[in-house]
Amino acid sequence: MLQKLYDWVDERVDVNPIWRDIADHEVPEHVNPAYHFSAFVYCFGGLTFFVTVIQILSGMFLTMYYVPDIENAWNSVYYLQMEVAHGQIVRGMHHWGASVVIVMLFLHTLRVFFQGAYKKPRELNWVVGVLLFFVMLGLGFTGYLLPWDNKAYFATQVGLEIAAATPVIGDQIRTLLAGDQSIVGAQTLTRFFAIHVFFLPAVLFVLLGAHFILIRRQGISGPL
Amino acid sequence: MSEPKKVSRRQFLNYTLTGLGGFMAAGMVAPMVRFAIDPVFKPSAAGEFVSVADVEELSNEPQRFEWEIEQVDAWYESKVQKTAWVYRSENDEIVALSPVCTHLGCTVDWAASEEYPNQFFCPCHAGRYTKDGVNVPGTPPTAPLPKYETKVEEGMLYLGEAIAR
Repeated sequence: MLQKLYDWVDERVDVNPIWRDIADHEVPEHVNPAYHFSAFVYCFGGLTFFVTVIQILSGMFLTMYYVPDIENAWNSVYYLQMEVAHGQIVRGMHHWGASVVIVMLFLHTLRVFFQGAYKKPRELNWVVGVLLFFVMLGLGFTGYLLPWDNKAYFATQVGLEIAAATPVIGDQIRTLLAGDQSIVGAQTLTRFFAIHVFFLPAVLFVLLGAHFILIRRQGISGPL
Repeated sequence: MSEPKKVSRRQFLNYTLTGLGGFMAAGMVAPMVRFAIDPVFKPSAAGEFVSVADVEELSNEPQRFEWEIEQVDAWYESKVQKTAWVYRSENDEIVALSPVCTHLGCTVDWAASEEYPNQFFCPCHAGRYTKDGVNVPGTPPTAPLPKYETKVEEGMLYLGEAIAR
């Protein structure tokens, strides 16, 4: 039945080469842990992506209950964690995943750095990777405020002070992030929510696409 | 005299279509950008003077005073507590200092560190300020504590905005 359905579509739109292009490619021996166990270091990039997918999915589901409003944000988080079935798990995935993503990303970066895999012709992909790192930090920073508890509030207060320490345009950056010149409040929460849920993920997808296209075009760097 | 360079039909169409496309893109993006950066251009709320303490209460020792202001945060209005360290200086001037550390925004306390009983102390990164609110060199803060505008009327101390120094 499924095969028939697939064939019907394939006959008309020729999907075979599309997924073959994406999925069907040789994994060189030196990056395959089945041959050399030490090759597990090559998994960190993929693991980063895997956890990122978990973040996207769990985040999507969290917004079914969460409201970015200072009166209700904390209560909605409390409710989804305490009253909703598996709420603790879904929020837990997003909470812990946020840290795991940074850890994996860091390990991936270390591997690329110490193997010298960033060297010509892969310099551009290193740059894209660093941009991805900044986007991840931004996601972490903006997501931290959303539960709107004391820790979130004061961490953001401090983070905004750091942003304000930028030379010349520091105050403007701070206002732009906080949505108000002196208050960390209603507008800060809505802004951070928008940045966390729409703006940064959009940038993330573009950069991830570029990261993957580049690695497919250039191939994985050779063995040490 | 050389012939003036002719613009080919293809070039002309390329230029005009690119221009039109750019114009349309700008028309879409401009309102969104102005929308997003609006907070930077909003006039800052004018600070009102609020009665905080009886002048009689003040001494040479910084005292902590708290008062409430009506804060308007866009669509959300609330009462917010403000704090100041107030004392009378040697030349009989009233000094009111903001307790917000200029390092990273924690709350400083007078004489909170046993080692430095005559200084303001920030518990977060051990930042210190002398009694007049000037940051002690070698500690994290890079600027003195902001000073509130002060006003005395009928024996009451009124405080306005905290001015960064």
